[in-house]
Amino acid sequence: MSADFEPKSGRVRFAADGARAATLASLHRQPGGEVLRNRIFAGLLVAAVSIALLGLALILIDALLEGRGRLSLDLITGSTSSDADKAGFQQSILGTLYLIGFVILMVVPLGVGAAIYLEEYADKGRWWNRLIEVNIQNLAAVPAIIYGILGLAFIVRGPLGLGFILITGSMTLALLVLPTVIIASREVIRAVPPSIREGALALGATEWQTIRRQVLPAAVPGILTGVILAISRAVGEAAPLLLLGAATFVTFNPEPFADTGWTALPVQIFQYAARPQEDIRELAAAGIILMLAVLLLMNSFAIWLRNRYEQRW
Amino acid sequence: MTDEARQREQLERDAMAQAAQGRSGPAIRLERDGGAERAPREVRETVFEIDKVTVRYSGVQAVRDIEFSIQENEIVALIGPSGCGKSTLLRCLNRMNDLISTATVEGKVLYHGEDLYGPKVDPVQVRKLIGMVFQKPNPFPKSIYDNIAFGPRALGMKGDMDEIVERALQRGALWDEVKDRLGQNAFGMSGGQQQRLCIARCLAIEPDVILMDEPCSALDPISTGKIEDLMLELKENYSIVIVTHNMQQAARVSDMTAFFTVELDEDEKHRTGHVVEYDQTDKVFTNPSDPRTEAYVTGKVG
Repeated sequence: MSADFEPKSGRVRFAADGARAATLASLHRQPGGEVLRNRIFAGLLVAAVSIALLGLALILIDALLEGRGRLSLDLITGSTSSDADKAGFQQSILGTLYLIGFVILMVVPLGVGAAIYLEEYADKGRWWNRLIEVNIQNLAAVPAIIYGILGLAFIVRGPLGLGFILITGSMTLALLVLPTVIIASREVIRAVPPSIREGALALGATEWQTIRRQVLPAAVPGILTGVILAISRAVGEAAPLLLLGAATFVTFNPEPFADTGWTALPVQIFQYAARPQEDIRELAAAGIILMLAVLLLMNSFAIWLRNRYEQRW
Repeated sequence: MTDEARQREQLERDAMAQAAQGRSGPAIRLERDGGAERAPREVRETVFEIDKVTVRYSGVQAVRDIEFSIQENEIVALIGPSGCGKSTLLRCLNRMNDLISTATVEGKVLYHGEDLYGPKVDPVQVRKLIGMVFQKPNPFPKSIYDNIAFGPRALGMKGDMDEIVERALQRGALWDEVKDRLGQNAFGMSGGQQQRLCIARCLAIEPDVILMDEPCSALDPISTGKIEDLMLELKENYSIVIVTHNMQQAARVSDMTAFFTVELDEDEKHRTGHVVEYDQTDKVFTNPSDPRTEAYVTGKVG
């Protein structure tokens, strides 16, 4: 059989060998511009990642080296004090917990509600709905200090005039992370396939039943992830709180609705770090480690949630 | 391999053997000379009277001047080339087109004499009576039980939910396959089972009419056969309208067939669907009166 396909003459055989060699050669890696460009580009990408990670690593190492000696239970139970050996973060930890608790209470219904409206009810052909959409995306990029000014002018003073109480901080932080929650929730709601909605509606379910029983349950894990990430951002904010009367030296536990002075973890760290005493600055470093640990824990929880309940369609 | 998988494989082998015996041979053969005597269409109560229905998307005609009627306990097949508006028309029958904000419907869709597009009609109520099964099986990401129970719960149906679920699954010819794993996620079922689940889900709300939009296009021949058998059974109690690209399927199951064709407008930009022939299925397939139908069913075009 194969004999039929043997090239007849020497010249033909020679040409066939040549063709085969050319094919083989083209399979090998080609030296030249493309390969070089490929490597340069990959190198640039690695550099970008390294610079980002380097900054983070430096902060971490610096905080660890400086605050290492102060890591103890006193850090959590100790009160605000100018004596570094007695001082801790009890008031500010409690303050942060209150702050964040109220932020969650406010931001979840508002953010998810807005996302449901924009995804399920709003007619995207209408210009005002598109305007709302663009605005929400813009709001997500507004600096935190601007929200602080807003909170001071409208919530602490001005129309609401609540005074310098903790809950005003929660309200301002809720406004700050609301766009993030709305955007994240919309993404997840949009990811629920239209066929699920159609299936439910075709069974005679109302729009609200469809959203409540089919769309939201499928979107909840993603919404939770978005909320946790937004909250993580709120935990670390100090700038707007400074404007809202987060006092830097509070020696008693905060009350959310009383005008008795309050503080939060990042504000306290900021205050300790600004002190001239070396040992108090160590305390600030320990506070940073504490806060990073909290953030890391929250982010891990978000990742766990996402992996645990992620719905593949 | 688990017992379950083995069992399913056995079932499929059985079905394959059945399919090889029964469902073979071309269903479409033209009768060149006049054709045999044909029993006239039985007169039953009219369910749908479609009267000069034109649907537009953003002002562009998708289908125009559709007119035909659907009787009780009949299977009506809508056939025709892609993009000819079969699904569009089907979605008019239970007001699913309302979900597309740019769609407008002109004309009347009379359901037992009542115009579905009348000012007082609530689309949610319409969909309770006229169920729909989609092209791609779309079970909810929940247990088999909850998939069935969703509709009755949403509608506030009275009665024992376990019973409702069992009855729906039995009528959907799925009970024996799933009765031991009602709590498992519906996504773990095979495609054919998922589609039968969707049919059972639709039966659970006890509709009057079932609309099917290419229910078998994503399924293998065995699952298709099961669903066709199911349709023939369901015909005893329901009216069924089915859109299909599979002409053998239309010929096998339907009593009446509507053939849609596409017309291009003057500048050949927009395609509009139109019904050229609506008649008893064996007439449409063996002795069509319109040359366009003949060209399509014999496979000369499309």
